[in-house]
Amino acid sequence: MIEFRLPSLGSDMDQGKLLEWHVKPGDAVKRGQIVAVVDTSKAAVDVEIWQEGTIAQLLTQPGETIPVGTVMATLLAAGEVASTMPVTPVPPVAPALGPAQAPAMPGAAPSSVLPALRKPASPAARKRARELDVDIDSVTGTGPHGAITIDDVEKFARSAIAPVPVPAMRTVQSAPAVSVAAARHAEMRKAIAAAMSRSKREIPHYYLSEAVLMRRAVDWLKRENETRPLIERVLMGALQLKAVALTLKRFPELNGYWRDGGFQPSTVIHIGVAISIRQGGLIAPALHDVDCLALPELMRSLADLVKRARAGSLRSSEMSDATVTVTNLGEQGVDTVHGVIYPPQVALIGFGRVAARPWAEDGALRVAPVTIASLAADHRVSDGHRGALFLAALREQLQHPEEL
Amino acid sequence: MKMSYREALREALREAMSADSRVFLMGEDVGRYGGSYAVSKGLLDEFGPDRIRDTPLSELGFVGAGIGAALGGMRPIVEVMTVNFSLLALDQIVNTAALYRHMSAGQFSVPVVIRMASGAGRQIAAQHSHSFENWYASIPGLTVLAPATVDDARGMLGLALADPDPVLIFEHAQLYNLEEELSADKVSEIRSARVRRAGSTVSLITYGGSLPKTMAAAEMLAEEGIDAEVIDLRVLRPLDEATILASVRKCRRAVVIDECWRSGSLAGEIMARIAEQAFYDLDAPLARVCSEEVPMPYARHLEEAALPQPAKIVAAAKAMLGK
Repeated sequence: MIEFRLPSLGSDMDQGKLLEWHVKPGDAVKRGQIVAVVDTSKAAVDVEIWQEGTIAQLLTQPGETIPVGTVMATLLAAGEVASTMPVTPVPPVAPALGPAQAPAMPGAAPSSVLPALRKPASPAARKRARELDVDIDSVTGTGPHGAITIDDVEKFARSAIAPVPVPAMRTVQSAPAVSVAAARHAEMRKAIAAAMSRSKREIPHYYLSEAVLMRRAVDWLKRENETRPLIERVLMGALQLKAVALTLKRFPELNGYWRDGGFQPSTVIHIGVAISIRQGGLIAPALHDVDCLALPELMRSLADLVKRARAGSLRSSEMSDATVTVTNLGEQGVDTVHGVIYPPQVALIGFGRVAARPWAEDGALRVAPVTIASLAADHRVSDGHRGALFLAALREQLQHPEEL
Repeated sequence: MKMSYREALREALREAMSADSRVFLMGEDVGRYGGSYAVSKGLLDEFGPDRIRDTPLSELGFVGAGIGAALGGMRPIVEVMTVNFSLLALDQIVNTAALYRHMSAGQFSVPVVIRMASGAGRQIAAQHSHSFENWYASIPGLTVLAPATVDDARGMLGLALADPDPVLIFEHAQLYNLEEELSADKVSEIRSARVRRAGSTVSLITYGGSLPKTMAAAEMLAEEGIDAEVIDLRVLRPLDEATILASVRKCRRAVVIDECWRSGSLAGEIMARIAEQAFYDLDAPLARVCSEEVPMPYARHLEEAALPQPAKIVAAAKAMLGK
């Protein structure tokens, strides 16, 4: 018997609310398959499973909030036979959700049993969700076949308001419509607050920065993009990510986790990309194996990740397994980023804008595109000397864009 | 005053015959036998054989004669024994009665009223149990009525006769013995649907012989705390969309109950109109309870199983609520 437990979808997560199962008892599951949608305080996340087998029992009901590590489902490994004894202390409530509950409607339209292409929600519920600014995918359905009804949306809207303390302002409670996004935002703010406080409390940061000449990178990218159709053009951000990934291979002490009083280097390079959310807030899902991705592929993955992060449909692995973070605030026009490390990671690399600056070269002063790359690193794991070498290596890497 | 559906129809006939000398009744067994469903019992003695006319067993012939009489200035009421036999008169009804105003560029109208019994539930087997209201309700040029209450049975005939174009009246055979209090206010129009039971959770939309079953279902739902609204269409053509949509917009869920077979049913048409016009108000997929798509069985238990029943309506409504 294999147990599927609620994974931690980020170091700041200690519980999650199951929104939806994508599987039912009897379903065969593969490694990496999305089996459930769980609401962390930050986002609704598609949770993947990393074992293969057949779902035996679903132990958690949609709508339940459970601590990280709770057994959510049991699986039978290949060849294993279902035991008649319930294996877990959690009462098996899953059959109540099974297809057997479908109403015995004689001659029911066959279309009603086809799997829905998206989470089922009534048109009225979708309309109301838009009016209330509720993310419909976060709502748990209680309607026919688990569909989200207008009632579910309104209840969700009310419950989303509830945890936000409104001291001495009872009169505003009659207007929930505008506050759902705000409540959601408040939740995310809390999560960010917890992670960043932990970071500054626990991690002895040191900061380094280095001006990097970007003329070659800019020119090379311009030439490359001239040969590409508009939608396949590569942005500087992707180039920088690739440069960071390749450089990190030589600096393992910047890539990994500080856990249980020691450093665990990571063999893979999953870069958490800091993405600002339009409604406010921040999320840093992972781009996997960036060092192995060709640039066009990396660009596609990055665009996809940004899109999904903003749509709230990230996968559990993306939420939890970044080994290092890169943040690029160049678009906002800053010169230098002094990053706050996302625990339990041990480094954060920042990029400011690429701007035309005076640049001394071969005894002459020229104007050239320059960016300031910065490193915030965990002094428990690495020292300034190694950090400086990393930035120098990154600088050199960016002088050879054709290698990226 | 308490009155049966049958008596109400007879009173309506009597009133119409007395009020207008152009009105006469013709059909199989309407005279000496008093009508297959005893609707015209006693009228032969009262109005004589010129105005209560027995006809040969030829629907094509006597429906055509009725249309001719209407064209000639009379106000005939043609009784086709049941909708099953009206198939023999389809050409007269569809190609002649419904279209003459159009084909004559408005020179002729056909003020005929054609009454017929419809529906199943009395163990008279497949050939005598049809519900083809939907066929007629699809034809421009016809008005199609389905009185489901004693008030409508009493009041619709006179209004139908006043219509300058052909009107079909479907009397569900299960309703003839229905007894209800006749209200003091006479029915005054044949253009709208009625809310027979106000509710807020699910609209049950029906007509004719399915109305009592639907009302029973609404009561059963009420016992489970589900507040159903029941709409009696009354008029199957033209459909009163405003009443249907207002109810659906309020309840956000709708079950259409229709004794026709599901495929091509009037229920399907109503669902389509709801989907077209109230899609964003719906909180559950639309549902319908129709007859099973089998020839109507003779055996009682099979016939009951094939027809819409209160339990099926309740199940459909509950499924819609995720219960």
